[in-house]
Amino acid sequence: MLALLIRDLRLATRAGGGFGLGLAFFLIVCTLVPFGVGPEGGTLALIAPGILWVGALLACLLSLDRIFALDWEDGSLDLLATAPVPMEGAVLVKAAAHWITTGLPLVVAAPVFGILLHLPSGAQGWLVAALLLGTPALSMLGAFGAALTVGLRRGGLLMSLLVLPLYVPTLIFGAEAVRRGAAGGDGTTPLVLLAGITLATLAAIPFAAAGALRVNLR
Amino acid sequence: MSIWEYANPVKFMRTSGAVLPWLIGATAICLPVGLIWGWTVPEDYKQGATVKIMFLHVPSAMMAINIWVMMLVTSLIWLIRRHHVSALAARAAAPIGAVMTVMALVTGAVWGQPTWGTWWEWDPRLTSFLILLLFYLGYMALWSAIENPDNAADLTGVMCLVGSVFAFLSRYAAHFWNQGLHQGSTISVAPGDRISSVYSYPLYTCMLGFFLLFVTLLLIRTRTEIRRRRTAALLAREMRA
Amino acid sequence: MGVLVQAHDLAVSRGGRRAVEGVGFTLSAGEALILRGPNGIGKTTLLRTVAGLQPPAGGRIEADPDAIAYAAHADGLKGALSVAENLRFWRDVFGGPPVEPALEAMNLTQLAGRPAAMLSAGQKRRLGLARLLVTGRPVWVLDEPTVSLDAGSVALFADAVRAHLAAQGAALIATHIDLGLPEARVLDLGAHRATATAPSRAPASFDEAFG
Repeated sequence: MLALLIRDLRLATRAGGGFGLGLAFFLIVCTLVPFGVGPEGGTLALIAPGILWVGALLACLLSLDRIFALDWEDGSLDLLATAPVPMEGAVLVKAAAHWITTGLPLVVAAPVFGILLHLPSGAQGWLVAALLLGTPALSMLGAFGAALTVGLRRGGLLMSLLVLPLYVPTLIFGAEAVRRGAAGGDGTTPLVLLAGITLATLAAIPFAAAGALRVNLR
Repeated sequence: MSIWEYANPVKFMRTSGAVLPWLIGATAICLPVGLIWGWTVPEDYKQGATVKIMFLHVPSAMMAINIWVMMLVTSLIWLIRRHHVSALAARAAAPIGAVMTVMALVTGAVWGQPTWGTWWEWDPRLTSFLILLLFYLGYMALWSAIENPDNAADLTGVMCLVGSVFAFLSRYAAHFWNQGLHQGSTISVAPGDRISSVYSYPLYTCMLGFFLLFVTLLLIRTRTEIRRRRTAALLAREMRA
Repeated sequence: MGVLVQAHDLAVSRGGRRAVEGVGFTLSAGEALILRGPNGIGKTTLLRTVAGLQPPAGGRIEADPDAIAYAAHADGLKGALSVAENLRFWRDVFGGPPVEPALEAMNLTQLAGRPAAMLSAGQKRRLGLARLLVTGRPVWVLDEPTVSLDAGSVALFADAVRAHLAAQGAALIATHIDLGLPEARVLDLGAHRATATAPSRAPASFDEAFG
């Protein structure tokens, strides 16, 4: 399992692996939004939590098709299925690799983007905490969507349609925590709920995703 | 004799064929009666004539949720007991459910405009229905995207399971979210609060009519699906012979 | 000699249709079995079934799934990783023997540091076969293992199989060409083609359930 994680990380950081692409996408979103809504700091600060979370969602979505599709094409997935690694474990590891290459950089860089969007400094901590707790669920649910559509030639759009509705609870609680923080309040309640969703997702979704992969492999 | 015998396609076709004319008849009586009755009720002192939208809005909203629950149950039956008719019934129900959801949303907007002064309000209930519609669309898209019917049935079944959990979660998250935004939101589309019998009896008739309509459409669609599968199977057999 | 794989009255379906049925064989340690048959009869499907990737449409297979190493048309190689890295990854996943002898056996030692993307088709194939050596599993299930190999590499492959058999391994191979393994038994699937009029049985596919 560790070997799989190391391989996926190595693949992501090698040439053509797409590491940092999500971060660049995030930057573009945060650059474009002020052009769309105007440069006033007050307006930007008001919508910053939502923009940052939606941006994180889309940046995550961007790289989901890499989770299983490449391994499916070159036959690695067949070989992994016959390996002495449980499929559920492989799903969990691949989602973890996706999170480390996509979610974690977002978490680390989020305060910078928060400054770009005039997020009040009191909310920065909440933003990082919410992203840290929420993005693992995004990767895990994304892995489920990728597992459902792995056998399809043009599964990308369909996967967005399947995955984005699943992101709704995470988005609501994540953005709410930041919003409460920005208003000078306490975001603990949504943060706790967010953590609950993430934990439940990490516990249950690997089984669903592994089941979907087994169906797609036969 | 157990209920599972109806999972046999032949048995299902025979039984549903016998029941269908009666169902069509009952729907043809119940639905117009309910709707016309609903048309004739006195105007509400507060909402005026717009209250009559209720007779479309409430039954369609009710069916939108119930159809998803029915799909969840049939998907589970397919995943656990591998009854093919069950998987096809779930597939057949999805477009009906999606139409019901759209109907609930559209009638809700038409109702909301004169009542709240806006076509769309991010009320938790409306939002939940919008999310439900997304799940219906995803479910249908997944069915039509996968060529192998066995895989399609399995994968949509798993998707329905996970989707149900998240649709449920989203509903509560939406409640949390909107209350968090606007403290003490007073808007409620709940029809139940102290509804007078002038409205309730035609409403129940409409609900029954919508339910019958759904069962009728479901049986017709499932029978069509079964016949399509049978044609495909016969064709495959002929090609090989 | 221990029996490693046993198939009884096996039937497999491909694309929703029964391909072959009534297939039975026994594979013991030190034995090789070659599957033959025309294109499209279901050799690949049969091998995937034996490897546990899909359920049989009928009959049963007695085999320890953790004893089987499967190799198909796609080698499961990552172009961005070097030859040695690719092989080491699969060694770590399967927990088999070290990679150096495997590279040696497939004549890849010179190429160990090169990215797999730069290999020729035949070299990739050899790397895919070297993967079998590092799984440490007794039963090799091979689907057209000699595609894009030259005569010298085929001989190399035959030597590897022979060494594997000598070490109490076994191999189930689907192929069209002569592998230079005269001791291997041959099973012709042409005799097991599924017939249109078969007795009642579990449906092979979703649609057939409604036939």
